[in-house]
Amino acid sequence: MDSALIPKGVKRCPTWQFLLWIGIVGAVLLWGVYAMLLCWIKGLNQTNMNDYYGFALWIWADLAVIALGGGAFFTGFLRYVVGKDELKNIINYAVLIGFICYSSALLILAIDVGQPLRSWYIFWHANVHSMLTEVAFCLSCYFGVLCIEYIPLVLENRQLDRVPFFHRLGHNMHEIMAIFAATGAFLSFFHQGSLGGVAGVMFGRPFAFREHLLVWPYTFFLFTWSAAACGPCFTLLITHITEAITGKRLVKDNVKDLLGKISGWMLGTYIIAKIIDTWYWAAVTAPSKGFTLMEFYSDNAFYGIWILVTEIVICGVLPAVILMIGPLRRNRPLFLSAIILACIGVCLNRWVMVLQIMAAPVMPFDNWALYLPSWQEVATTILPVAYGIILIMISYRYMPVFPQEQELNPVVE
Amino acid sequence: MLPFSFEWVWDMGHVVFHGGLWYALSVIGLGMTYCIIKTVLDLKKGDAGHHH
Amino acid sequence: MKEGHNQIQTSKFGMVIDLDKCTGCGACMVACMSENNVPFREDESDKLLSITWMRVYQISNGKPYPDNEICYLPRPCMHCEGHAGHSPCVSVCPATATDYDSASGIVSQIYTRCFGCRYCMGACPYHARYFNWWDPVWPKGMEQYLSPNVSPRMRGIVEKCSFCFHRYQLARDKAYYEGRRTIKEEEYQSACTQACPAGAITFGDLLNPGHKVHQMVLPDLNHHGRPRNPHAFRLLERLGTNPKVYYLSGREWVRRAGDNYVQGEKQAEHH
Repeated sequence: MDSALIPKGVKRCPTWQFLLWIGIVGAVLLWGVYAMLLCWIKGLNQTNMNDYYGFALWIWADLAVIALGGGAFFTGFLRYVVGKDELKNIINYAVLIGFICYSSALLILAIDVGQPLRSWYIFWHANVHSMLTEVAFCLSCYFGVLCIEYIPLVLENRQLDRVPFFHRLGHNMHEIMAIFAATGAFLSFFHQGSLGGVAGVMFGRPFAFREHLLVWPYTFFLFTWSAAACGPCFTLLITHITEAITGKRLVKDNVKDLLGKISGWMLGTYIIAKIIDTWYWAAVTAPSKGFTLMEFYSDNAFYGIWILVTEIVICGVLPAVILMIGPLRRNRPLFLSAIILACIGVCLNRWVMVLQIMAAPVMPFDNWALYLPSWQEVATTILPVAYGIILIMISYRYMPVFPQEQELNPVVE
Repeated sequence: MLPFSFEWVWDMGHVVFHGGLWYALSVIGLGMTYCIIKTVLDLKKGDAGHHH
Repeated sequence: MKEGHNQIQTSKFGMVIDLDKCTGCGACMVACMSENNVPFREDESDKLLSITWMRVYQISNGKPYPDNEICYLPRPCMHCEGHAGHSPCVSVCPATATDYDSASGIVSQIYTRCFGCRYCMGACPYHARYFNWWDPVWPKGMEQYLSPNVSPRMRGIVEKCSFCFHRYQLARDKAYYEGRRTIKEEEYQSACTQACPAGAITFGDLLNPGHKVHQMVLPDLNHHGRPRNPHAFRLLERLGTNPKVYYLSGREWVRRAGDNYVQGEKQAEHH
């Protein structure tokens, strides 16, 4: 039925099967949309947030998807600025995943603010000293860059490509893509960092506060670094999942190996910096405010010391070692475990840097506050996942996302 | 965002922040303008580019 | 912030709360709510959702009977100055919706500017900032009792104690009308100060040696306003928030309960 839209030389599932899955995932999407409308119409009383948890599940989801979407900027940086040419075989998918992640982040933010219609104040009345202002500006600009990077792929659709203007436009955009990619990398270094800065500048919260280099707290650099390390892992993970679902090899092993190796070295160096940061914070910064490390981790089992060990050792050191050492990296189950652990690690880090900050009391006579999200918060957090799956399904079906697909899966007529 | 909002001051923070912002916006805007103009010119020259 | 860079400091309004006098009656909380049109709900039992610009905490020395002692600690907004107006909340607000006024030392909240990101709430260690999770609903007829000098707030924005800023404006208007450039101590007093039956709260200009607050705490202006009165302390002094609310107590455990200390550390170290 839709065969005229499907790229030449590749095989896709029957239309009914495609539509069935769109329908199933679409139902989840609609559930999320319903919750979103509830939040917009009735207000944030639909959530389980409170005056202790002003930042909660949504802000974590924002930070997590932006970190995981970091694969787009870092792969783009490696491909266009550093010149790792092999990565052209995965860059389309990295861009698509980044596009989904960033549009999701913007959507979640639009639900999260109390007065969404006033969101433009953050631009118009910008307080340039606020990390959140920098996040808002760079996030929006970088989303524009992602659109620019994604459009040429859309224009490569068989039918769109027949329109001379689109064909030529796509070609011309490819020609100067390096400039856009470099701008995207510039913007990303800043907003990824500023998201870390959001926590690091809170000098009223000893759990969050970190020493500064110029105007930037150390969390600024750690967040950029971890996003550059773990973002490509997420791209690789989604590629593996897509390969498993489609039952095809879509990207050659040498490309995955290269991206995995670079991620490994980024993760390895990051985790050393993170350990030094944690040690300095525990030994110097927090005690100077009257806190010991264990005060932050021993009130309840949920925020126990296990969370720090898991983040740094199990989801940091371990995957870094696997990805850095060639023979380990080339072992498929180990490789998969490493990229999954790296993704969990960065999500856990963002969780701690949002939720645990809110949970830990500062006034000596105050108590720990725990929180469980409401179903509306959960549904609106799943909403972008459903949206992402649908966009990937459509893109994969109608656009040549994987340049190596044809070669790896010759169609026998 | 523009010097017309009342909290605007010409200090180092504003110059650096908005300098970086407007630089990035200009690169993106000019880049896209270049692509569109070049496409229109290419098409006028009759070069639809269907030859790779 | 804009004015902050080029205006000369004229006043620094602050509060001194004598914890040895406070009985925990809550009159300050009631006065504050009615003065500032603070919304409330039918069920106010969940204190993580209710708005209390002024909140009275109960603290204890943690000892068993008969050595147990308790103390009530009223907590308004601390109107932190931080370092040069860099208070925890003002510096993080992305839309400049909260401001440090260097002419009065008051941290303002611009309700029509706030878009409800709640970053300021996360940044404030005192939990002095509250979010309007609901639109305010007043019991039938109560709209008639609302103060005309304070705008009610809508759902989806943050609010907090303003040191009854509208009273400051009224006092200034009166002074201007009478041809004076300065206001008198008694002309600008917050609602909680006037409501306290024990006289535990004192309000005034910390920079003015003629004002009681100055005489009570003797702020050391060369050291971010640290009190020179040995019985005075500020909440979470060590964080560097530089608050303008001071507490007084003759009891050492109460003064020590105002900050965090690593075990074995002496309080005197940072004084």
